[in-house]
Amino acid sequence: MKPDVPSLGKDLVGLEHLSADQLRLILDTAEPFKEVSERQIKKVPALRGRTIVNLFFEASTRTRISFEFAEKRLSADTVSIASSGSSVSKGETLVDTARNLEAMRIDMVVIRHHSSGSAEFLGKRIRTNVINAGDGKHEHPTQGLLDILTLRDKFGKIEGLKVAICGDVLHSRVARSNIWGLTKLGAEVAVCGPASLLPRNVEELGVTVIPRIEDAIAWADALNVLRLQLERMQSGFIPSLREYNRVFGLTTDRLERAPKDLVIMHPGPMNRGVEIDSGVADGPHSVILPQVTNGVAVRMAVLYLLAGGSPDASHQGGEA
Amino acid sequence: MPSRTLLLDDRAIARALSRMASEIVEQARGTEQLVIVGIQRRGVELAARLKHLVDQAEQSAVAFGKLDITLYRDDLQAIGPRPRVGVTELPDLDGRTVVIVDDVLYTGRTIRAALDECADFGRPRRILLCVLIDRGGRELPIQADIVGTTISTAPGDRVDVLVRELDGRDAVEVAREA
Repeated sequence: MKPDVPSLGKDLVGLEHLSADQLRLILDTAEPFKEVSERQIKKVPALRGRTIVNLFFEASTRTRISFEFAEKRLSADTVSIASSGSSVSKGETLVDTARNLEAMRIDMVVIRHHSSGSAEFLGKRIRTNVINAGDGKHEHPTQGLLDILTLRDKFGKIEGLKVAICGDVLHSRVARSNIWGLTKLGAEVAVCGPASLLPRNVEELGVTVIPRIEDAIAWADALNVLRLQLERMQSGFIPSLREYNRVFGLTTDRLERAPKDLVIMHPGPMNRGVEIDSGVADGPHSVILPQVTNGVAVRMAVLYLLAGGSPDASHQGGEA
Repeated sequence: MPSRTLLLDDRAIARALSRMASEIVEQARGTEQLVIVGIQRRGVELAARLKHLVDQAEQSAVAFGKLDITLYRDDLQAIGPRPRVGVTELPDLDGRTVVIVDDVLYTGRTIRAALDECADFGRPRRILLCVLIDRGGRELPIQADIVGTTISTAPGDRVDVLVRELDGRDAVEVAREA
């Protein structure tokens, strides 16, 4: 137990403020948790007696279920709350909801919210650990981590890797978490998409812009294809879904012309036939389902590392 | 500066391990249903050597496993997470004689956690505990079946088992605050 092991602090709000060492700590901790999910009894007692509330103010299947599995496999007691059917729909504020939960002596909150910055806002106002499960267009740190873990599984390292993030970068918290995490770990990151769906001055995040999908395919080792977030869009971003697919879709044709094999990722849920063709999504280079598997391991690692508070106190003579 | 005393050198460790290997076969009544499981980290190295000694003596191929008990500790709340969680790889344990190998037996809490973890992987017919050093100081009613050396220590002492695979040399040293 070396004292120089980095701590994650109280909350996981995003990857922007984590160091490369902290990112590696989470990724390395996720490795042994992969094996727990392969056991016949998929459960370890590490978080026994902890109470975790999943507070989901936005629709989610994958992320919510993934967090629930991660919590249950660590033996935590969990409650999931959706905004419909709770007091939130009666107009209770976020902080009031959280403080009431805190009064029932919970230990952690996993929050998904449509407002950017909501996780950080909440973390500053309650004593409980807060984990961001996606806040507006800001960050989705555990998705970024699971994408990076999947890339590391595939390539053995992140440093020097060329990753192109394609599609609706403007509305994507997944893109932002990927950009922060990947660049800190030494990857080269490019974004590719229609100009109307790229944030202004995106280069300031340390990425290059590749306007054509064909060029991104030729350049990259891996493509992270984003979902076209139709529900977040006012009209006018793209002429039509068909045209989007024709110009920016990751099609079997385009991929066949790639100079080398590419690893294909997608955070889900997919719009098949829009940003990605079924032949690609289900093809041999797709790691879309391994991403989902890794999601549980990464979330177990984050929960575990935040649960004990700071590991600074962990000094003890070797064997115990 | 703490004072360091050499307790066992490489030859003493080798002698202890070869005696322990024969005791394992004796107590398990053969090697047929035997599984040797090391506790991360230095228990794994010692277990691998014991397996090798048993296999040589018995012309066997004994099943082998590694156990990381970090997630079964009872002190997460008190001292925070151990950031380095190691690998657990276990063969089938159902109905078999499992020998758990660790470097030092002290409070017994590691073994308590190891027993819990084994129970999540199957139902061994019997579990034996084999340690290189028993330093006393138990906080739980747990004892070893096979012991390399028993010593008495003060609570502030540190018993360091060094193995050449990880530390470059084989030795057991006791460090005591001056």
